[in-house]
Amino acid sequence: MIKTTLQRIYVTLIFIFLYAPIVTLIVLSFNASKTRAKWGGFTTKWYTSLFRNEAIMNALANTLLIAFAASIVSTLIGTIACIAIMNLKKRSRAIVMGITNIPMLNAEIVTGISLMLLFISMGLKFGLGTILLAHITFCIPYVILSIMPRMKQLNPYTYEAALDLGASPVYGFYKVVLPEIMPGILSGFLMAFTMSLDDFIITHFTKGAGVDTLSTKIYTEVKKGIKPEMYALSTIIFVTVLVLLILVNKAPTDKQISKKKVK
Amino acid sequence: MKKTPIYVLLLTAFFALALTGCGKGASGENGEVIVYNWGEYIDPDTITMFEEETGIKVVYDEYETNEIMYPKVEAGATAYDVLCPSDYMIQKLIENDLLQEINFDNIPNVKNIGQQYFDQSQEFDPENKYSVPYCFGTVGILYNKTMVDDPVDSWSILWDEKYADNILMQDSVRDAFMVALKLKGYSMNTLDEGELNEAKQILIDQKPLVQAYVIDQVRDKMIGNEAAIGVIYSGEAIFTQRENADLEYVIPKEGTNVWIDSWVIPKNAPNKENAEKFIDFMCREDVALKNFEYITYSTPNDAARALIEDEDIKNSRIAFPDLSQYNNLETFHYLGADGDALYNELWKEVKAE
Repeated sequence: MIKTTLQRIYVTLIFIFLYAPIVTLIVLSFNASKTRAKWGGFTTKWYTSLFRNEAIMNALANTLLIAFAASIVSTLIGTIACIAIMNLKKRSRAIVMGITNIPMLNAEIVTGISLMLLFISMGLKFGLGTILLAHITFCIPYVILSIMPRMKQLNPYTYEAALDLGASPVYGFYKVVLPEIMPGILSGFLMAFTMSLDDFIITHFTKGAGVDTLSTKIYTEVKKGIKPEMYALSTIIFVTVLVLLILVNKAPTDKQISKKKVK
Repeated sequence: MKKTPIYVLLLTAFFALALTGCGKGASGENGEVIVYNWGEYIDPDTITMFEEETGIKVVYDEYETNEIMYPKVEAGATAYDVLCPSDYMIQKLIENDLLQEINFDNIPNVKNIGQQYFDQSQEFDPENKYSVPYCFGTVGILYNKTMVDDPVDSWSILWDEKYADNILMQDSVRDAFMVALKLKGYSMNTLDEGELNEAKQILIDQKPLVQAYVIDQVRDKMIGNEAAIGVIYSGEAIFTQRENADLEYVIPKEGTNVWIDSWVIPKNAPNKENAEKFIDFMCREDVALKNFEYITYSTPNDAARALIEDEDIKNSRIAFPDLSQYNNLETFHYLGADGDALYNELWKEVKAE
């Protein structure tokens, strides 16, 4: 009895610590007064002015565009790289894995500045393109990291069996290998997406004039104080993610569907 | 296994965004000007006005601190036409040969800027060749009249034990040392180790009295009556007074820091003429007034100040202090890498104590 109440208190405390900041933000997004110290009444004006603010909307579009493009491209490259790495000899595989792991351990600011210097020496024009290249670069190792374990669990004989039974290598890959590593690819994609979504430092160094993502846009407001429109935007993003999560968890999985069919 | 719908969905989303996101580009009929300014430091309407009147497209970019702006300009990843750094950073840019002289013949509206601000600018731009003041302000004491009954006219009130746990100090090296050095009667740009050690010592003595070392939160805490006295920038002071009428702002008699953010043109600017047109436009009185109303930081533009309708603000001693009335005002200098290291070291000792 005491044990369960203690457990409940502990869990509640954790949830309070995790969500108190977000709740504060959500409450402030409805505060009519600009300062956090005063409650100026309930309002939704920050939400309307948010959608009229072209700069913030542009930043949002850039952020989503870059996050989608970077995660799709890095997932493709990462998956192909994993297949290649699996077919390497043990020693060279260890070396290649070591090399792909370095960018993850490396401080972001080092990656950011070195990418900036590289782009300058290549004579690239800084803008959306350079941000995208940078994001793809730093996302690939995370994709590889989440696909590799799946690859290692893969039974090589099933693929060989498929070839023996007359499947072409490509067909065999799509029918046998891909379904097995799919969870890894999806989690790699999501990881890349979130990494790209909240990256600030690398974006800062590789962005061109007049191109902003949400993180750089929010950061520039530091001098004058962050505007309540940003609270409103963060609230919307949080609620969207929450709804998506609930939908994903509620959606019946393939197994459940097939079970129902059997019945 | 039905996995295709996910790809289809993602790809559609991707292309939809690609189409909406990449619709810009193409410069104006008279070329473009690339501006790098502080975040939230301009009324967006004035940029539209400039584009419509001149046919020059403005590529507008923002930064959050001088220190973050500097490496980007130095590396030259993007060649900017106009920057708006603060005093000491302008000095550093000049010393490292990153700025070019402004041709003041192309900026007739510079006559609107008060001479006293150019005089103050000479601390970092000795011949007034490189910079045109855009915003300025002072650092002073904000106090709550209901909580403080002593007259406030000196930095020494921040050492008054009566207000223990009710004092807010700035959490940045130069601002904190400015207070201590000024109280001792020294220059806030000193590199004399003896003077700096004295300042360090009184900052350590002050520590038990300080409620918190903060930056932005001074504003919110003072509005919320969470503290009695705080060190604050004058631009924030006017805003806090509007929210809480009990607050009063004072420039201490020992003198203080006058900061100036000015327009400058980097050496590698690709569109120098457009840059000068942009600076000239920003100096026009109606534009400067719009920006003053948006940013609420003091404008050095005397003609714009004359247009302010609200008499209280026009004659406000907080927004527009008479700089000539004080003889101990200073502006931050760039101290060099060694100087910065010395200050940081001493500040670390204060914070660790």
